[in-house]
Amino acid sequence: MIQVREVTKRYGAKTVVDHLSFTAQPGQVTGFLGPNGAGKSTTMRMVVGLDAPSSGDVLVNGKPYASSPAPLREIGVLLEAKAVHPGRTAVSHLLAMARTHGIPRSRVDEVLGLAGLSAVAHKRVGAFSLGMGQRLGIAAALLGDPAVVMLDEPVNGLDPEGVLWVRNLLAGLAAEGRTVMLSSHLMTEVALIADHLVIVGRGKLLADTSVADFVTSEGVRVVTAAPDALRAVIAAAGVTVTSTGAEELFVTGITAREIGLAAATRGIPLFELTPQNTSLEEAFMNLTHDAVEYEAAR
Amino acid sequence: MKITAGGVVAAEWTKFSSLRSTWVTTGISVVLLIAFGAIASASFAGDNLSAVDLALSGSTLAALAVGVLGALLGASEYTTGMIRATLAAVPRRLPVLWSKSLVAGLVAVVVMTAGAFAAFAVGSAVLNDKVGSLALGDDGVLRALFGAGIYLGLVAVLGVALGMLVRSSAGAIAILAGLLLIVPGLAALLPNAVSEAITPYLPSNAGSAVMALTQSEGALAPWTGLAVFAGYVIVTLVAAAYRLKKTDA
Repeated sequence: MIQVREVTKRYGAKTVVDHLSFTAQPGQVTGFLGPNGAGKSTTMRMVVGLDAPSSGDVLVNGKPYASSPAPLREIGVLLEAKAVHPGRTAVSHLLAMARTHGIPRSRVDEVLGLAGLSAVAHKRVGAFSLGMGQRLGIAAALLGDPAVVMLDEPVNGLDPEGVLWVRNLLAGLAAEGRTVMLSSHLMTEVALIADHLVIVGRGKLLADTSVADFVTSEGVRVVTAAPDALRAVIAAAGVTVTSTGAEELFVTGITAREIGLAAATRGIPLFELTPQNTSLEEAFMNLTHDAVEYEAAR
Repeated sequence: MKITAGGVVAAEWTKFSSLRSTWVTTGISVVLLIAFGAIASASFAGDNLSAVDLALSGSTLAALAVGVLGALLGASEYTTGMIRATLAAVPRRLPVLWSKSLVAGLVAVVVMTAGAFAAFAVGSAVLNDKVGSLALGDDGVLRALFGAGIYLGLVAVLGVALGMLVRSSAGAIAILAGLLLIVPGLAALLPNAVSEAITPYLPSNAGSAVMALTQSEGALAPWTGLAVFAGYVIVTLVAAAYRLKKTDA
């Protein structure tokens, strides 16, 4: 569990994180979202004590990170791909981290295998692609078999196969009861992985919500051979039906399931029955619009 | 599984030994020490310099090389971003500085002591006939050779401390070269009375006292000089520790 409590971080006159509070719970994937410059990376650095908060505090599994006798067992982090000496091999890099905690060599080989890096374990990191660097960073995060895994923009630079791997890996870690938190500035990417969303803008909390609640239903698009018959069947208080084409209707105030059942009882053929949700991207843009730090002139 | 002091030292050793550049720099330091010693032994006579002084005349350049080794070890944590991984694993931070200093210092002491003995052996073999040869058993010879190894080990630690303090390779190397090579030259420009008073206490002069068989006028006694140099190293380490502990990584 990660508890961020009333954390503020100032660099000179600039407030990067502003009284931010949220909790990342065990057993679920928490997506940490915000536009560039929203303070995501700074917050993550404060979780592991790389930056000290100007005020407030952060607890990892109920205690300050630095007080843990085995920090790598508490939380594994990927903060920046390729934060590694380019002259060192992947295996030496992980071994150096492992030795601090007396983690055996076998575990190093294990996480390299898990990250699909066994074949390049003895290559220098300087020759790695961005995607391989990300994989190495994720391998490092898993080294101590930690209760919490926190990844900053983990799918940056990964190929589609790698993105899928990260998605399955994180879902698996959460299913094992671990706390998983990942940051991104891309809503669509996080929506596929996360159960819970923490959205920030200019260092302030904008939303702390489940993914399901964040997506609001707009209505249902129906394509049918008999639009008029269907209109008659589903007509009720609170239901509005608009015709959007010869065979197309847009229905609000009733679920797709109810429409389908009603049509079936009267034998009305349906060709399409599609719930229309606000795209997450759109909801995210609406929410963060005012908090965008760097915006293109229009 | 938990974090231990020995574990952090082992980790720093892994970092040190897994880079080709550390071995190249270490090798260069030894080669400089031996090569300049051999050249001076073969060709130079005068200034009352003994065979040991001539054999160790590469120590100034060797000091610069081991200092650069230490500075790179310290500063590369920051220039590569590795420091984030390092401090995430060791969030109490200071053990990293102590372990890195210990590893760099010990390696430099061992390698450079061996280098000093090798330089003396090679230098004695090619010694020109205007300088009297010396044996290991002669007065002060062992002290000078072991002293050279310890001094160069301390220079490596100074490099680590400077690298961690200024967090930039170029900055740390510039300060190191300034302290060891340029400051003594600048001091000579001061009025005589001032210059004579402070010159023996300058880092490189104080440290070199331990390996000089022929003491120059006004120089500190051998072990006093080394102790003064160790003092500089400790002050730099404390400053590096303070910055490491107090500022964001």
